[in-house]
Amino acid sequence: MAIDYQTKIPNNVDLSTDRGLQRALEHWQPAFLDWWKELGPTNYQGHEIYLRTATSVDAKGWATFGHVKMPDYRWGIFLADRQQDRTIGFGDHQGKPAWQQVPGEYRAALRRLIVTQGDTEPASVEQQRLLALTAPSLYDMRNLFQVNVEEGRHLWAMVYLLHAYFGRDGREEAEEMLFRHSGDPDHPRILGTFNEPIDDWLSFYMFTYFTDRDGKYQLKSLAESGFDPLARTCSFMLTEEAHHMFVGETGITRIVKRTLDEMTKLGTDDPETLRKAGVIDLPLLQRYINFWYSSALDLFGSEISSNAATYFANGLKGRPDEGTYEDHDCIATFEQVESPEGLLDVATRNAMNLITRNAYVRDCAIGLTRWNRLIAKAGFAFELKLPNERFNRNVGLWAGQAVDIDGQPVSRDVVLAALPSDGDRIYVKSLMIGVTEPGKCANWTSAPDRGINNHSFDFEYVRAA
Amino acid sequence: MATQIVSAEVEAAPFYTYDQDGASYQHWSVAIEGRVATVTMNVDPDGGINPGYKLKLNSYDLGVDMELHDIVQRLRFEHPQVGCVVLTSGQERIFCSGANIYMLGTSSHAWKVNFCKFTNETRNGFEDSSQNGSLKFLAAVNGTCAGGGYEVALACDEILLIDDRSSAVSLPEVPLLAVLPGTGGLTRVVDKRKVRKDLADVFCTSEEGVRGRRAKQWGLVDDIVSGSRWNETIKGRAEALADQSARPLQGEGVKLVPLNRRIHKDGYDYDHVKVLFDWDRHFATITVAAPTEQPPADGDAMRAQGCAFWPLAMARELDDAILLLRTNESELGLWVLESTGEGANVLAYDAAMAANKDHWFVAEVTGMLRRTLSRLDVSSRSMYAVIRTGSAFAGTLAEIMLAADRQYMLEMLSDPAAGPKIMLGEANFGLYPMCNGLSRLGSRFLGAPERLEELRALTGSPIPSGEANDLGLVTFAPDDIDWEDEVRLAIDERTGLSPDACTGMEASLRFAGPETVASKVFGRLSAWQNWIFIRPNAVGEGGALKLFGTGRRAAFDKKRV
Repeated sequence: MAIDYQTKIPNNVDLSTDRGLQRALEHWQPAFLDWWKELGPTNYQGHEIYLRTATSVDAKGWATFGHVKMPDYRWGIFLADRQQDRTIGFGDHQGKPAWQQVPGEYRAALRRLIVTQGDTEPASVEQQRLLALTAPSLYDMRNLFQVNVEEGRHLWAMVYLLHAYFGRDGREEAEEMLFRHSGDPDHPRILGTFNEPIDDWLSFYMFTYFTDRDGKYQLKSLAESGFDPLARTCSFMLTEEAHHMFVGETGITRIVKRTLDEMTKLGTDDPETLRKAGVIDLPLLQRYINFWYSSALDLFGSEISSNAATYFANGLKGRPDEGTYEDHDCIATFEQVESPEGLLDVATRNAMNLITRNAYVRDCAIGLTRWNRLIAKAGFAFELKLPNERFNRNVGLWAGQAVDIDGQPVSRDVVLAALPSDGDRIYVKSLMIGVTEPGKCANWTSAPDRGINNHSFDFEYVRAA
Repeated sequence: MATQIVSAEVEAAPFYTYDQDGASYQHWSVAIEGRVATVTMNVDPDGGINPGYKLKLNSYDLGVDMELHDIVQRLRFEHPQVGCVVLTSGQERIFCSGANIYMLGTSSHAWKVNFCKFTNETRNGFEDSSQNGSLKFLAAVNGTCAGGGYEVALACDEILLIDDRSSAVSLPEVPLLAVLPGTGGLTRVVDKRKVRKDLADVFCTSEEGVRGRRAKQWGLVDDIVSGSRWNETIKGRAEALADQSARPLQGEGVKLVPLNRRIHKDGYDYDHVKVLFDWDRHFATITVAAPTEQPPADGDAMRAQGCAFWPLAMARELDDAILLLRTNESELGLWVLESTGEGANVLAYDAAMAANKDHWFVAEVTGMLRRTLSRLDVSSRSMYAVIRTGSAFAGTLAEIMLAADRQYMLEMLSDPAAGPKIMLGEANFGLYPMCNGLSRLGSRFLGAPERLEELRALTGSPIPSGEANDLGLVTFAPDDIDWEDEVRLAIDERTGLSPDACTGMEASLRFAGPETVASKVFGRLSAWQNWIFIRPNAVGEGGALKLFGTGRRAAFDKKRV
C-alpha cells in the first residue's frame, strides 16, 4: 500500500527517502488508524475539530491551526534540531560523542525505556475515549481531542524510534503497543495506572495536571539521553506536553473560580449546600488531589532503584535539566532518603528516581499556590495542598504504609477518608452532562479567560461535518 | 622454529606464530624406519618460548608442543608410509615430566588456558588419527613419566613402561601443585583406560605415582618391559600397530610448504582466508573463499596438487588463523565467519573427495578439516556466521557456518533471486563429527531428528534465506532493509557482554548431545581446571603453584566450595 509520505506524515526525518522507515510505516500506519477508530475518542470521529498540527519544528510550523477530522489528522514525526557535536552529559560515558545509532550493548535497555514511555501514550487515549460525551463545553472537548491526538503523535514519536533504530524487534514492539489495551485483562497496558478509565472531567484535569506532569519529567530525563535521536524526540514532545498541563491547570482553576463564586453568593463553604448548587466543593477537590498526586508519585518508581542507577551510569536517562547540576558523575555522593526505618544514605545514582521526583514535586506546587491565591482573595480560609510524599503510596519505600497527608502514621480509615469517597465519585459523575452549544459551559465550571489561538470562547471549536 | 615476532605497533607485546620449517626441531628428533616413526623428546632447557624458566627434565611449554604438533602433522602428510608413531625420550631415566611448572607459575591465566587448549588439541589429534585409519601411537615410556608426560602417553594407543624398578607414571598435579592435570589425564584414566575409580583416586593423589607391575595391574600402562627386551619389544609393538593403520605401505608424500601469509596491523591475509580486525568493536571477521576451479579428477591428482589442493590449503590457513587469533588477539572476543565464492565448487570438491575417500591423501585432508572445524568449535570466542550475497556456505564450508553460535542470513526483499543461498552436501551429515561424536547438524537438531532426513533430501539444491530460516538452518534472516542494523547491533550487543560468561555459556550450549572422552576433556578443562587455576589455593601468595620449588609449604584455605 503506497502512502504519500510528505503530505500524509509531516516529518523532519527524511521519511521520503528512508526505505526502512517507509516499509515499517506502511504496515503500522493502517494499524494505527484502525486502533484510533476503534479505541480513540468515541462519537466524534466524523466531526471537524479545531486542532493544532505540528508541520515542522520551527516557531512557525509547530502550531498550525485548522478544522480537521481526527482520522485525517496528520500525525507527524519530529525531532528537535540536532545539536552539532553534542556529547553525552552524564554517567560513565560522559564527554564522549552522543550516540547517533543505538549502541548494541544498550539495545535492550533503550528499547525497554522507549516501549515503557510509548505505551503510556495510546493508553491515555483509551482511558479517555468516552469523555467527549460529557464535555462541559466545546472548548473543553476540543482541548480533550488536542490532548488525544498529541498523545497519538507521541506514540508515533516512540514508534519512529523503534522503527528507525531497532529493526525487526522494534517493529514487533511497535505493534504490541497497539495490541495492548488499557483495562484489557489479558493484554493490559504496562503501567497499572494507565488501566483505570478516566470518565469524569475532574479526573481528566487531575490527570493532565499530575500524571502528564510525570510524563514531562520522564521526557526531560530522556531528553538528556546519550542516544541522540531519543533526546531530540523527547525535546520536541515537551513542547506539546506543556499544553496538556495547561489544560489541567486551567481546568482546575476554572472549577475553583466557579466554586468560589457560588461560595461568595451563598455565603457558605458548607459542602452539602454547595453540592445542592451543583458545584464542586473544595474539600472534594483536595481529596482528588490527594489521590492523583499520590498515584503520580508512584510512576517515578522506587526511591532506591538499581535500574535507575544503571540507566544513569550508561548514559541512557539523566536527570531533568542535567545541565544545571555540577556533578554529572554522581559516583561518590550520597542522598538522604526517608524510609519507614529512618534516614538512609543512598548512593546518588541509585536515588535518581527520587531526584527526578523532587523536581516534579516542586513543579506541582506552583498551580496550588495560584489556586490558593484565588481562594484567599475571595476571603475564604481554606488551603489546597499537596499531601506528604509518603501518603497513599503503592510503590517504593512507603508502599502500604498508613500515613496521613502530613506524613504521620494513622489508621487505615484516616487514609481512606483523605481519598475520594464513593459518594464523591457519584456526585462528580452526576455533574457530568455534555454541553455542546458554542459559548456555553456546564454549571460546575466557568468559562476560560481566553480561547484557543486568539479565538473567543464561543468559537465553534467542534462542528459537525 | 616457533617464531616470536615483536610487533612494532604494540609495545612489548610479543606476537606468536606456530610456524615450523620441519627441517629440524629444537626439542625433538624424528627417525623413520619403515612404517614406524620414532619421535624422541629431548627438550633444550634454554629453549623456552618465553623467558624466565628453564625447561629441565624434559618438561615442556607451548613452544615444545608447537613442534610436536608440527611433527605429527608432517608425518601425516609428508610420510604416508608411516603407520605408527613411537613417542619416547632421549633423556636418561626421564620420559617427560610434563608442563613446566615455573612456566605455569609465571604465566597469565589466559596464557595457561590457551596453552592447555592447544596441547589438548594435539593430544586429541593423536586419537583422531588413530580412530580414523591414520597414524597409530605408541608411548615408549623409558623413564619417569609425570603429569603432562603421562597425559601425552594416555593419548597414545598403547603405553609401554620400562620396568627398571624406579620409573613411574604419575599425575602429581593435585598433591604437588593444587591444580588438575590439564590435558585430559583424569578423564582418560577412568574413561579411556577404564582404571577403577578408587585406584584412580589413589593414583591421582600420589606424588610419586605408580611403578612396574602395579601400574600394569591397575591398567595405567599396557605392559611393562625390562631394559634388555625394550628395543625389540617396542619395535614389535610399533609394527603391529602400524599394521592396523590404513595408510599405504609406500607412496609419495606431500611436503608442507610455508603458508603464504601476510600479517598486518588490520589482520592476516592468506590465499583463501582473510582475517580483518575491528579493534574498536572487538571483533574479527574471518572470510573463507571457495575454490575457483573444479577439483582434480582422482586421489593421485589431488595429491599431486599437494599443499595447493584447495581443501588442504584452506584448512591449513583457517587452522593457522584460529591459532594466531587465539594466542595473540584475546580482546577480539567475537569472530564473524563469512565465506565467499561459488558454493557449487565446494560441493564439487566434496564429491570428488568422497569418491576417493580411501586414498591416503584424501583421508588425511579430511582429517585435517575435521580437526580444524573442531578447533573452531572449542574456541573461546563468540562466533556469528554472517551469510551475505556472494557467500559460499556449501558442504564443507557450511560446517563453518554451523559451528557458529548464531547464523544471520540476508534476505533480499528487493531482488530475492540475488540473495545468498546455502547448500548442504553429504559432508554435512557425519563426515566431520564434533567432539561429542555428532555432526553439527545432528547436534543442532537434537530435538528434531526427522529434520535431518528432510535436510538430506535437499542436498545439492540451493536453500534461500526464507527457507533456511524455516528449516532452522539460520537464526535470523533479516531483510536487506534491516540487515546492516541487525548485524551491527547483534555484534555490538555480544561484545558488550562479559567475555567470561560468554565463554562458559558457549561451551555449555555448543555441544548438545552425548559426552565423549574429547568433549569431557574440554568441558572439564573449561570448567574445573580454569576455575582451580585462578583460586588462591593454587595461584595466591601462599598457593601451591606459586610456592613450588621455594621450599615453602602451601597454606590452603580449608573451605570446600
